[in-house]
Amino acid sequence: MELIKSILASQVGFSVVFAFVLVNIIMLVVTYCIYWERKISAWIQDRHGPNRVGPAGLIQPFADGLKFFLKEDWIPPYSDKALFVMAPVLMFILALIGFAIIPWAGPVRWPWMPEGTSIDTQVASIDIGILYFLAVGGLTVYAIVLGAWASKSKFPFYGGIRGTAQVLSYEIPLGLGLFVIILGNGSLRLEEILGAQARMWQLGDASIWPAWNFFLHPVTFLLVLVTAFAETNRLPFDLAEAEQELVGGYHTEYSALKFGAFYLAEYANMITMSAVLAVLFFGGWHLPGVNGDSASIGWALVRFVIIWAKIILFLFFYMWIRWTLPRFRYDQLMHLAWLTLVPLGLLLLTWTAVLTLIGRQNTWLAPAGEIGIFALLVLVGALRAAPITGRQRDLPAARIVQFD
Amino acid sequence: MADWKDKDVLHVSEPKLTALERTYLPQVVAGLGTTLRHMFQKKFTLQYPEEKRQMRVQNYRGIHRLNRDDQGRVACVACFMCPSICPAQCIYIVAGESPWPDREKYPVKFEIDELRCIFCGMCEEVCPVDAIELTSEYGLLGYTREEMLFDKEKLLKLFDLTKGYKPRKGPKITGYPKPTDQRGTSTHEGL
Ligand code: SF4
Ligand code: SF4
Repeated sequence: MELIKSILASQVGFSVVFAFVLVNIIMLVVTYCIYWERKISAWIQDRHGPNRVGPAGLIQPFADGLKFFLKEDWIPPYSDKALFVMAPVLMFILALIGFAIIPWAGPVRWPWMPEGTSIDTQVASIDIGILYFLAVGGLTVYAIVLGAWASKSKFPFYGGIRGTAQVLSYEIPLGLGLFVIILGNGSLRLEEILGAQARMWQLGDASIWPAWNFFLHPVTFLLVLVTAFAETNRLPFDLAEAEQELVGGYHTEYSALKFGAFYLAEYANMITMSAVLAVLFFGGWHLPGVNGDSASIGWALVRFVIIWAKIILFLFFYMWIRWTLPRFRYDQLMHLAWLTLVPLGLLLLTWTAVLTLIGRQNTWLAPAGEIGIFALLVLVGALRAAPITGRQRDLPAARIVQFD
Repeated sequence: MADWKDKDVLHVSEPKLTALERTYLPQVVAGLGTTLRHMFQKKFTLQYPEEKRQMRVQNYRGIHRLNRDDQGRVACVACFMCPSICPAQCIYIVAGESPWPDREKYPVKFEIDELRCIFCGMCEEVCPVDAIELTSEYGLLGYTREEMLFDKEKLLKLFDLTKGYKPRKGPKITGYPKPTDQRGTSTHEGL
């Protein structure tokens, strides 16, 4: 008992225990993500969704999981076996280490710890902070490419090529968007970025509005949101999978648990991405009235629940978008990244950099300038008479077909 | 293809987008609104075993029944017309001497293999005494092949369960029956 207490009271020991707890929470949420994905898709299509296994179908995800165990685990004889087995493992590991830098619930003090001390509810508080997230996110594409290459089959191959080009292209606007936040807050550490948001804007004596980055950088949020969809390979940017064209893309040849690993990793990635978005733009565990400094267990729990509520809202948004928008065509995807998002990101970064130079990055100038930049881009687009994906401009003139 | 005219060809050009629409954001928001509305709309799915579908067509040909005459006896006179005409050859009849004075033969055994039956309705059409009929029941379910071999008792029971209506005697070809119409609501559980 004393041992457990002392482990929980030290930052390293707590991080290890917390990481274990988090992996379990995330796996449970992932399981139910699959359930809700099916439910939401059904509701949007005027159906009921899974409702037979258990009350309201709540046991369905476990039945699905059991099915993965029972299926034949098939490794194609022509595949590169070592890489073929490695790819889903890599994907799964990467999906589960990304959340290490998320500041989940601020400081907490166990009753047996001395007064005034506290530990952070964060698995790893590292200096590079958000760069770690970018690195892990960038590595995911290795898993996709390895799986695609090792399959030695044409559809996974196409999926792998598409996935690589897509993730490489969208890393750039994502990085630019994140740099705007980093510049504005002057820190790479997520907990410091969050701490700067966990307050209210004052007008005289009255607190009027939470000082979340979303209100400071609305257009940057839009940019990061779009790239986040592309980074997690979700519709409308799931070109690496594209089940209608590529029969599942990079995981076409995978079955049973290896497919399950890819499948679960996709949702785990979504959770990490949602958590990062919530921390960067929506104040993480902050809500008006929430005490961010108190280290009592009660407040820590409240903060933990709030950040999860925000994550779940993001997950819902992910699914909502998925069942609303059709997939982009490949050239449109590239057009969007290189000719729209990258210039937008560069302009936003320049604007924030200028504001930071004169020390005004946290004033109304930031959102006003961002909206101005957005309006400017809309105007340029109007003059070029091409939508962001470049579709209308490139459309060939209608051809009159003569039958004889 | 020679009679294609130029005016037959419909030229469709893309609608011109406004400046804001070129960012696709208004369309995305409108689309999200549409899907959100659908999330709370009435569901179209029928929860099958609990909810039964109303028959859309009244002349639907489902499971057979073997009719009884007004004295409650099996109406079939074992004339062997139906096994002769049946294209799937799935009717097996063993005839015996009738115990009743008004006919010579009656079926001692009468079996229909519902798995082989193609529900063409020839047996019903050819029967001289309207003894065999196809009901509107579609709940043809079973765990084994043997269960799908309907014998005389089962076919007569089906008549008892469905005697409320006469199939295909002057019905409209298609149409929506009134909610009180119990056709096709699967009496299979009663067997
Ligand atoms: S419906 Fe057709 S196939 Fe079926 S028993 Fe009658 S004649 Fe044979
Ligand atoms: S045609 Fe009618 S009467 Fe003749 S054997 Fe068949 S069911 Fe009986």
